[in-house]
Amino acid sequence: MSQGPNMVVCIKQVPDSAQISVHPVTNTIMRQGVPTIINPYDLFALEAALRLRDQLGGKVTVLTMGPPMAVSALRKALGHGADEAILLSDRFFAGADTLATSYALTSAIQKLDSQHPVDLVFTGKQTIDGDTAQVGPGIARRMGLNQLTYVSAIPSIDLEAREICVHRRAEGGVQVLKTKLPCLITMLEASNEMRRGSLPDVLRSERAEIITWNAEAAGVEDLGKCGMKGSPTKVSKVFAPQPRAEKAKMIKADDGSPASLATAAIETMLAEDAGLLKVMAPQSTSA
Amino acid sequence: MTEHFDAIVVGAGPAGNSAALVMARAGLSVLQIERGEYPGAKNVQGAILYADAVERVIPDFRDSAPLERHIIEQRMWMLDDHAYVGSHFRSDQFNEERPNRYTIIRAQFDKWFSSKVKEAGALIICETTVTDLLRDTSGKVIGVKVDRDDGEVTADVVVLADGVNALVSSRAGLRPELKPQEVALGVKETIFMPRETIDARFNLKGNEGVVIEAAGTITAGMTGTGFLYTNGDSLSVGIGCLISDFAKSQVRPYFLLERFKQHPAIAPLIAGGESKEYAAHMLPEGGYHAVPQVHGDGWVMAGDAAQFLNAMHREGSNLAMTSGRLAAETIIAAKKAGKPMTAATLKAYRKALEDSFVLRDLKKYRRLPQILETNKHFFTDYPRLITHAAETMLRVDGVPKLDKERAVMASFRSTRKLRGLVVDLVKLGRAWR
Repeated sequence: MSQGPNMVVCIKQVPDSAQISVHPVTNTIMRQGVPTIINPYDLFALEAALRLRDQLGGKVTVLTMGPPMAVSALRKALGHGADEAILLSDRFFAGADTLATSYALTSAIQKLDSQHPVDLVFTGKQTIDGDTAQVGPGIARRMGLNQLTYVSAIPSIDLEAREICVHRRAEGGVQVLKTKLPCLITMLEASNEMRRGSLPDVLRSERAEIITWNAEAAGVEDLGKCGMKGSPTKVSKVFAPQPRAEKAKMIKADDGSPASLATAAIETMLAEDAGLLKVMAPQSTSA
Repeated sequence: MTEHFDAIVVGAGPAGNSAALVMARAGLSVLQIERGEYPGAKNVQGAILYADAVERVIPDFRDSAPLERHIIEQRMWMLDDHAYVGSHFRSDQFNEERPNRYTIIRAQFDKWFSSKVKEAGALIICETTVTDLLRDTSGKVIGVKVDRDDGEVTADVVVLADGVNALVSSRAGLRPELKPQEVALGVKETIFMPRETIDARFNLKGNEGVVIEAAGTITAGMTGTGFLYTNGDSLSVGIGCLISDFAKSQVRPYFLLERFKQHPAIAPLIAGGESKEYAAHMLPEGGYHAVPQVHGDGWVMAGDAAQFLNAMHREGSNLAMTSGRLAAETIIAAKKAGKPMTAATLKAYRKALEDSFVLRDLKKYRRLPQILETNKHFFTDYPRLITHAAETMLRVDGVPKLDKERAVMASFRSTRKLRGLVVDLVKLGRAWR
């Protein structure tokens, strides 16, 4: 292996949210037959890792936890240019919340680390199906890594000094942060653009044997911390927001001129919502 | 650096899948390239699956293929604006152990078909578009170039199954540009409703299904047909006409489909359903005379790209699968005999097509496309005359039957004249053989 950074990118296969619907009775997401994609935020993480590899050499391993069908997400990642892919799959992992997920992923990353020290762990800033943004920080906490969340750019990395500098989105500005390797980075959307893999990459991805680890192979020590058992999160109620009952209204004006139409429209709006008058009042007095 | 395969198949529709499957199963190294996100992503059809053609490639397909219903009833309707005259054929014999025709959803079926191709050992890559063919100095096709970096890959032979648009074949100058009067545009909707509703409306049980093919004033004077197929818990409703006619009439395809759905013969069948999908696709309907050269040095062409579609019998996917299989068998035989993949060797593919129903059927109906394209009254006058005749004869109103018959004859004569009627009959007769 070259002297470049050894990187692990955690990805998740999620239902394409543009194409899902909510079950009208149970209020759960209807996943059946819905196409799956790599969580879009994870693609920014993968591309960030690939760019570092292009620049410095090293290796990019993609890691996911999921059912056997998640292999297709890993194959896609290989097609984008990742070097190796590992699927964590075991019935013990089923029903995991973010705590249990980060535990299982940590076990696998630690195993990789024991084979060859890991310099950087990447995740997307959050997933589009859970939206918690907890798994990345969970891994960092368990592994004792410095964590850099909401990263928009990686302007420099110094492997000799074991230092990395990143831009992090913060309230009202950008923080420029420096930390020691190894560390965990969660990437922000639009921080880069996923490349189109080369033909050799795509051919390799279709041929690749995807390494599959069950709990034992991943070196999981405590099965009680995995899956449903290891998940303190309990969903007590799921509900879909009621669609608002507002309807369009046809407004007519006597002579149909733009001015009288506008007047009629304003009068109708004020009649519908008296609160508007209060909002408008200060402006009208100052005018 | 450039990889080499025994064969490259462009496209993962029925033609490409058959070709890739048969070759991979024979031990050839096969690379199949599909531009869609997955095999079937870009494929649209009514769709009816003809078991015979699949069976010859995957004998036990019924065990695992996603099939909707097997067809036990065929309805052929001639419609005017208010009525239809039809012939129905329904037979319990179609409830056989190995049914002959099924309705399918192509996106699902093609995915399944592709999984079989993969099992057979072919390498399939998606989201990859072939941009060009590679040729040696003599002009022989030796591979393809795709829209990715380091995108050249070579093969002994390239199977062009790139569909009706045939973007690769056309760009390479192997398939002439489509003529508007040789291509139809079909639009369809998938309308969902409970399985029981479909069973009740069409008098079906189990997996029985019905096919309705319709022609007449529904195409607004254009050459074309409409259809309604029963799937498991949805109906496929569509209509298609020649692109040259759409261009001339300026009628919008979706307007035609909306009107078809509102026809009193169709509306009650789809009532209460929820339309969840809308799709459109071109169909090569030029027939025998539009079939291009289908083989050359280092390449063969199969399926819609080669215009293998029998418009008269609404068959296409079976011609595609058969042509793909015949192309594969030709290549396998050449490979075994150690022959180079030259035009002379691959000529056997053309011969195999000529000996099969593919080109024999197209040849039988070779005059039909032109006759239907140039005689629009088959789609306007006759449906009106025939429905009017039926209504006249069935209405009991004190008019003597002889007078009614005379009135019907007179309506035919005044519309088409005696000479016209004879000429039409001769034309149709000629179209049939």
